Amino acid sequence: MSGFLRAAWLVLRKDLRVESRSREMLLTTLFFALSCVLVFSVVFVRGGQAVEGAAGGILWIVIAFSGTLALGRTFERERHHDALRGLLLAPVDRPAIYVGKLLGVLLLLALVEAVVVVMVAFLFRAPLFLHVWRLLALLSLGTIGFASVGTLFSAMLVRTGNRAVLLPVLLYPVTIPVLMMGVVGTAALLQPEPDLAMARVGIGVLFFFDVVFLTLALWTFEPLMAE
Amino acid sequence: MPLPDIVDFEQVTVSDVSRVYGRRLALAHVSLTCSAGQIIGLLGPNGAGKSTLLGLLSTLTEPSHGEVRYGNRTAREAGAALRAQVGFLSHDLQLYPELSARENLEFFVGLYGLDRPAERVVEALTSAGLADRADDVVEGFSRGMRQRLALERALLHAPRLVLFDEPFTGLDEAACEALAMRLRALRAARRIIVLATHDLDVVDGLLDRAVILRRGRIRELGDGGSLRERYRAAIADGGGGRRPAGPGARGVTPARPVRAAEEPRS
Repeated sequence: MSGFLRAAWLVLRKDLRVESRSREMLLTTLFFALSCVLVFSVVFVRGGQAVEGAAGGILWIVIAFSGTLALGRTFERERHHDALRGLLLAPVDRPAIYVGKLLGVLLLLALVEAVVVVMVAFLFRAPLFLHVWRLLALLSLGTIGFASVGTLFSAMLVRTGNRAVLLPVLLYPVTIPVLMMGVVGTAALLQPEPDLAMARVGIGVLFFFDVVFLTLALWTFEPLMAE
Repeated sequence: MPLPDIVDFEQVTVSDVSRVYGRRLALAHVSLTCSAGQIIGLLGPNGAGKSTLLGLLSTLTEPSHGEVRYGNRTAREAGAALRAQVGFLSHDLQLYPELSARENLEFFVGLYGLDRPAERVVEALTSAGLADRADDVVEGFSRGMRQRLALERALLHAPRLVLFDEPFTGLDEAACEALAMRLRALRAARRIIVLATHDLDVVDGLLDRAVILRRGRIRELGDGGSLRERYRAAIADGGGGRRPAGPGARGVTPARPVRAAEEPRS
């Protein structure tokens, strides 16, 4: 295994180990996501019938909100006890630290999304599993795009006092195109007559955003971490 | 994981370094030369710039003006390889409280790509006096136990440059003495040791040189009397003493050890 991947794996394994003991991020993110879905279902489902096109939007709103919650906590463990400096002093490629943290967030969000998708499908009577691979592609690419920017901003804000306010302020304007493409692609799949061409366009655009965001994040992580 | 090309050096030279945070000047035209086999004490009141200077020496902080050279290279030139030669214990201990002592050390042994990882971890745990608590989570440790573990974490990779910020905090008398012994051993192994401390009585006799930072400016402590007396005299003198040796220092007095007491080197 290359030094870069090994360092990323060590950071990921450490985060998973810490999370498996505290379950702090998983539980808060999951409960928040489930609460959102339940509240939206009360508003948008009447007489067992959901408002048309609502399911896709709600799915992505929940991903964005709960993802922000998780991203806000991503570097908290590094902030406490100055552990970030310990990490940054290690003789590894610093972007490997970013990749390790990003993979941790992606795993967490994948778990949350697995539960949220089932709940949305059930409560909103949404045919989410009709085109399961396309939905999986949209969710995976959308989450990577959203989390790649969020992890970078979370790292950037780790030394600022009002990071809880600044993170969404910075994150949403940049990731709005990702979220919109996710909504458009998912809505296309959930129509009575699924628009597969539009879903493919959504997947393609999300892939493009991921490449751009990941490249920029890997490129800028080291300078952003300088004190 | 192979370490990057090894960078080694016998001297760290801080040349006319200033560091500005926003509108606050944390360090002003600081020059200092630290050589292998020396323990240098960084003294001064709170907010004097000691931690900033340690941050600069550790490569984590970049100077706003001037440069820090490790041998003949700057941190930017040496890159990640230089970081393998720096051991930094900051006032916050850089440990993960949810992990056990062993897991903390294993994580950093992995990041530093050290050989004999299991043996190194056992050696560090033994050295910290935590062999019997190796699998307990750090959250349940006392401050002194954490401090000892953090110290071993900082020294796992046998760094050339050892930077300690308040290393005696939370340690009982026996642990203080053990740390002093460790520092002497590091000096004998020709490490470059810089420690910021307020524990003047503890380090009296241990330091080869003592410099005082006040309002971001650096002065070398004068001779005569105990370290505490010289420190008080320097503070009363407005951070007096003389400018320490180092390139770029105007009116530099040549470097001269100011050993605080008659304690022999080990």
